[in-house]
Amino acid sequence: MVRTRRAPSRVLPGFRLTLGYTLFYLCLIVLIPLTALAFKTFTLTWAQFWEAVTAPRVLAAYKLTFGASFIAALVNAIAGLLVAWVLVRYEFPGKKIMDALVDLPFALPTAVAGIALTAILAGNGWLGQYLEPMGIQLAFQPAGVVIALIFIGLPFVVRTVQPVLEDTEKELEEAAMCLGASRWQTFRYVIFPAIAPALLTGFAMAFARGIGEYGSVVFIAGNMPLVSEITPLIIIGKLEQYDIAGATAVASVMLIISFLLLLLINALQTWQRRWNGGAT
Amino acid sequence: MSDARTGHRRHMTTEVARARWAFIILALLFMGLFLVLPLASVFAEALSGGWQSYLAALKEPDAWSAIRLTLLTALISVPVNLVFGIAAAWAIAKYEFRGKAVLTTLVDLPFSVSPVVAGLIYVLVFGAQGWFGPWLSDHGIQIVFAVPGIVLATVFVTFPFVARELIPLMQAQGTDEEQAAVVLGASGWQTFWHVTLPNIKWGLLYGVILSNARAMGEFGAVSVVSGHIRGQTNTLPLHVEILYNEYQSAAAFAVASLLALLALVTLGIKSWVEWRHEREMRRLVELPPEPSHPRPATAAGIRTP
Repeated sequence: MVRTRRAPSRVLPGFRLTLGYTLFYLCLIVLIPLTALAFKTFTLTWAQFWEAVTAPRVLAAYKLTFGASFIAALVNAIAGLLVAWVLVRYEFPGKKIMDALVDLPFALPTAVAGIALTAILAGNGWLGQYLEPMGIQLAFQPAGVVIALIFIGLPFVVRTVQPVLEDTEKELEEAAMCLGASRWQTFRYVIFPAIAPALLTGFAMAFARGIGEYGSVVFIAGNMPLVSEITPLIIIGKLEQYDIAGATAVASVMLIISFLLLLLINALQTWQRRWNGGAT
Repeated sequence: MSDARTGHRRHMTTEVARARWAFIILALLFMGLFLVLPLASVFAEALSGGWQSYLAALKEPDAWSAIRLTLLTALISVPVNLVFGIAAAWAIAKYEFRGKAVLTTLVDLPFSVSPVVAGLIYVLVFGAQGWFGPWLSDHGIQIVFAVPGIVLATVFVTFPFVARELIPLMQAQGTDEEQAAVVLGASGWQTFWHVTLPNIKWGLLYGVILSNARAMGEFGAVSVVSGHIRGQTNTLPLHVEILYNEYQSAAAFAVASLLALLALVTLGIKSWVEWRHEREMRRLVELPPEPSHPRPATAAGIRTP
């Protein structure tokens, strides 16, 4: 039966037109420019490429970019789970506004987020004026990068966990309760396994976004070479010095990592769908 | 949560009130610190010099040209990606073909490319040392460090928004209604206009406002291709950066407050769309069940970022 459904679905007109246009537009905007990056990278010899992507300043930037993205994604996984949990499970005044505000990092331009976070955490800022006398300096430090990436990544975790948490079955929890499980045991053994794939997907999405993020980070990072310079800034710096080949080499490394993360996220989402499909 | 064991169990599947409120307060505190505080600080800093200087910063000719360029960029890139999004969703959701999964992944690709890399690839194609650079400069056409480059980079970063909202929605709705329309003699265009479009209008609107917000606010990709020529190739976010780096903090935040307002309006429309969509879904569910009726798309489909 399933096989015979295939043929009638082509009854709808427009397959050639829409697919053709999709492919044409995809090539024009995305694939051809990305190929230009690959071609430019191949004009470098292996030694030149290796030198460009493993210079000490570049290595320090990778370390900061990946380290800060990882910490921020981890914080977001915990805080995002908490926010999603509170939004799905509890009723309290202001819940609707809180739900809408979760998407603020998607809607607020990154440059605005960057200068706002910097203004708050700088020495004379709303929080900075209290933190600095205590010896905690967050702005213009690697810690500032983490703060900016926490801001950017939060909605990814909340919005992937929230729908799954809404779909978890209360009956299972009731059954666990009846069988004598404590609330913590119910969470640990019943609820958490159901939302773990979504949580991991959200974590990976926040991490991937953090690696490429530029606008919110440049203002707060301080951008000191070897200390608080992120990888996208290295690319910009090389471009400003007309070192296009060097910029391309670093960009191709970032692009490959983005591809790998995209594949990982796709695999996670497939796993999540199968997991949740199997549970119901 | 261990309190649940000793506390009064009024509801079997929720925590005791004390734990519940602790979680709520923690979540509110986190969101207040990371989301509300930065947002509030934008407006506070913008008005730190008083209304007079706030308005003066917005009336400045460079600010005006930045506003105009930002609107122009969004006005081109959003409709272009809207047409693409509908075409891609139609092809992917309504038919079965080989390589569909690959195509879906490729449509999503611009989301995972760093904005800076997105800008760079257009420099490599259209820049002075790029593929078409010499030809373009011979013909007096400038793309990079000019408005066309800004539009192209913006089109790239907002590429998947509409498509990724529509694909799951249209997949969930299936093709039964369209097939019925075609069998009854409707043309492809009529089918789309009268059958498909009413079904996807909320998802469509949702994708459009999100891509509009991104188009107006994009910083990294546009920064690489713009060349930062004041009054000519500065969008609003770039203008914010220039003012900020010149230590004109109040003016920078005044311009930034426009973008923050845009973000708030976007969130408002988004919540409204979700609310309307959910209401319609509820009405569909309340209808007497028809076994042959296609399952309405869940609200979850519209939720994922």
